[in-house]
Amino acid sequence: MSVIYVLLAISITVAILFFIAFIVSVRSGQYDDSYTPSVRMLFEDELVKTQVGELPQEFDIEKEHTN
Amino acid sequence: MDKVNCYHCGDDCGRTLIEFDEKNFCCNGCKTVYEIFSSNDLSYYYDIQQGAGATPAEVEGKYDFLDTPAIVERLTEFNDGDLQIINLYIPHIHCSSCIWILENLNKLNPSINSSQVDFPEKTVRITYNSIKTSLRDVVILLSRIGYEPYISLDDFDNDKKSKDRSLIYKLGIAGFAFGNVMFLSFPDYFDLSSSAETGGEFWLNQYENVFRWLMFVFSLPVVFYSGAGYFVSAYKGLRSKILNIDVPIALGILVLFVRSTLEISFDWGPGFFDSLTGLVFFLLLGKFFQQKTYSFLSFERDYKSYFPIAVTRIGKEGKEESVQVHEIKKGDRLLIRNQEIIPVDGILISTNARLDYSFVTGESEPVKKVSGDKLFAGGKQVQGAMEMEALKSVSQSYLTQLWSNAVFKTDKTTRFQTITDSIGKRFTIGVLSIAFLASAFWGYQDPSKVMNVFTAVLIIACPCAIALASPFTLGNMLRIFGKKKFYLKDTQTIEQLAKIDTAIFDKTGTITTAQKSTATYEGMPLTAEEESLLKNTLRASNHPLSRTLYTMLSEQNIITLDQYDEHLGQGLEARKGADHLKIGSADFVGNPEHNNTLDTSVHIANNDDYRGKYIFHNQYRAGVSEVFKSMEETLSLAILSGDNEGEKSRLEALLPKLTPLYFNQKPKDKLSFIGSLQAQGKKVMMVGDGLNDAGALAQAEVGIAISENINVFSPACDGILDASKFTELYPYILASKKAMKIIKLSFVLSLAYNVVGLYFAVTGQLEPVIAAILMPLSSISVVGFTTLMTNILGKKLK
Repeated sequence: MSVIYVLLAISITVAILFFIAFIVSVRSGQYDDSYTPSVRMLFEDELVKTQVGELPQEFDIEKEHTN
Repeated sequence: MDKVNCYHCGDDCGRTLIEFDEKNFCCNGCKTVYEIFSSNDLSYYYDIQQGAGATPAEVEGKYDFLDTPAIVERLTEFNDGDLQIINLYIPHIHCSSCIWILENLNKLNPSINSSQVDFPEKTVRITYNSIKTSLRDVVILLSRIGYEPYISLDDFDNDKKSKDRSLIYKLGIAGFAFGNVMFLSFPDYFDLSSSAETGGEFWLNQYENVFRWLMFVFSLPVVFYSGAGYFVSAYKGLRSKILNIDVPIALGILVLFVRSTLEISFDWGPGFFDSLTGLVFFLLLGKFFQQKTYSFLSFERDYKSYFPIAVTRIGKEGKEESVQVHEIKKGDRLLIRNQEIIPVDGILISTNARLDYSFVTGESEPVKKVSGDKLFAGGKQVQGAMEMEALKSVSQSYLTQLWSNAVFKTDKTTRFQTITDSIGKRFTIGVLSIAFLASAFWGYQDPSKVMNVFTAVLIIACPCAIALASPFTLGNMLRIFGKKKFYLKDTQTIEQLAKIDTAIFDKTGTITTAQKSTATYEGMPLTAEEESLLKNTLRASNHPLSRTLYTMLSEQNIITLDQYDEHLGQGLEARKGADHLKIGSADFVGNPEHNNTLDTSVHIANNDDYRGKYIFHNQYRAGVSEVFKSMEETLSLAILSGDNEGEKSRLEALLPKLTPLYFNQKPKDKLSFIGSLQAQGKKVMMVGDGLNDAGALAQAEVGIAISENINVFSPACDGILDASKFTELYPYILASKKAMKIIKLSFVLSLAYNVVGLYFAVTGQLEPVIAAILMPLSSISVVGFTTLMTNILGKKLK
């Protein structure tokens, strides 16, 4: 079999895999709200035990998790 | 003194400053929310955005109906065993603080498993354990922290709609196929004129058919799935004897596909699969761009999105129970609490009530009712609790009856032919006649080329650029208007707006503001002592009229009154030294004249000596006079008001001469008034605000709702205009007209491309590569032109 069939098969398979990934992500509602996740990713576990104004430290976050 | 802003909600604290934890609060409600947040380690809320909160509303008993299992079942999205999921609409969501606090709800109530905010939709999806907590607790928690959800009858009646994502799928498939077909066309692009015999590239010619049949496979879903909408639309158009723009498009797609398939089957050539998939992709892109939606706004609201789901019914033994509003029967005794809405027409049983009909009429002044008065559905009780007896069911009430009118059932879009469709007819006829003429010519000259030329004309003339001109121009205008706080339902509304020749305005709430009102004094001048006493008396009263008058009067020193009495529903009485002031209704004060004026007025008498009265006027929006003056140049105007004629003389002075004014118009009258104008061939724009305008808004070609707060409520309409932009309404209409000119210009541009393409087609020289270059080029230049022109247009708008 000619190599061209192999190459075509590979390229089309890869293309179709990406296409399926696209369909799955649309179906799961990923494109329904394109704004909120962009804000949400900026939040950390910012629970403040101490005074307001102090930067939340990693130590505090760990303590929250162990509670 | 500097203004002190509340740490929680950011409002001016005014006179009632509350200090707590070294922070300033405007009221106890805000302070309480702060306490809740800070005691639950959630004070980071205030770091993200300052003054982001809202003052929590009173909710005592308001959400008792959420304990009824049947209602919970309807409202929840998922309800199984101990797990419930609810999607709540919260109008207050406006910043990142809101997202953060709402997604940390489980810190406030551990039974909430998770909560997720959809910011553009202003909704939060809450998953909670229904055994440990209940929907009512969740809603009350949200209300207590200032995020009161908006639950209305609409949520109860509407079945959960699944999102329509078919356009994204179609676009994705077309784009996917377009890209792959382009790749597979490369051998043909580079090896255009050579074949195995003439010594072209060996391996490309060897496997030519593999490439071609792969392209064919890729084009199948594009034609039969992505492009299916065009065939359906063309078929529907032909069946109703309309040549819409989809007819030449569907014809183009079909001819492209059939000719390409025949070409590769009989090895005549490579076919036009690249053009075919590209065409469908660009067309769908235009549709996608046009489909701008304001997900946080609703243009379909009727009374249901305003009415409550349930009210409290008082049973025979005086037992209170929550009852679904559809189940209210004639004769039921209902308890309407403060801030609740009357769902049905009825008779007041309690001694008195104060009803706010602002959602219905736009009138901000609450109306006083006494025992035995008839109450119309839609009013909001604003003074304590009251009891009433239902006279009708919900759907038969005075206001709700309006929605049984046929105008609410017909879809406006079917009544209107767009500019693209109207050109589509001439275009189709033109293209078909060119195709037949060219075929006839070649049939005489060289019969072997007839099919080639005929199909080439249909392919190259496929009105891709024409079909794109309108979606991109209007889609962009829609976005520009949206940025200027003029939210339109769809692009068709812009086309309609450009055509109107008549503008009808509602009065109350539309050209008047809801918040402020002014008053003028008529009568004997008051002495300085009297003025001081008047101001100090009003200071103590909470009556809306007193408060308006209080803020209007000039500043006076605070004095202590010797005696102060408030006679409910009548007026105020105050004594200081020798003065004995009576303020209130004409009867209470003892107005000597028989008083039957239509105005709202407050009368004043000192020691039973009548002094005069303050007459309250609606405050007209700034610039109303100018707006009407400029509109009058091209549009015929009229005012359609549900109120009495009390304001007639003021309106006449304010508006251009001979502007027709109609008063005492019932909701149905407004609807039929618009209908009668349309019967005379007028294109009508209705500008209104309340539920009573809903019929007229639906009947008019363009119904625009004016709204002080776009998140709160507006009746079903084609567009929502933020009240602050009222003066810009006319420039917006003019901009719509200009947008239509831009579309016409781009039609000329795309026709020029078509002429070039037709030259190749008619002379029988159309190569696939020419089609593949010409079609995207014309589409992109038309899109570029319209985008540039609309942006220039948008820059000029305020």
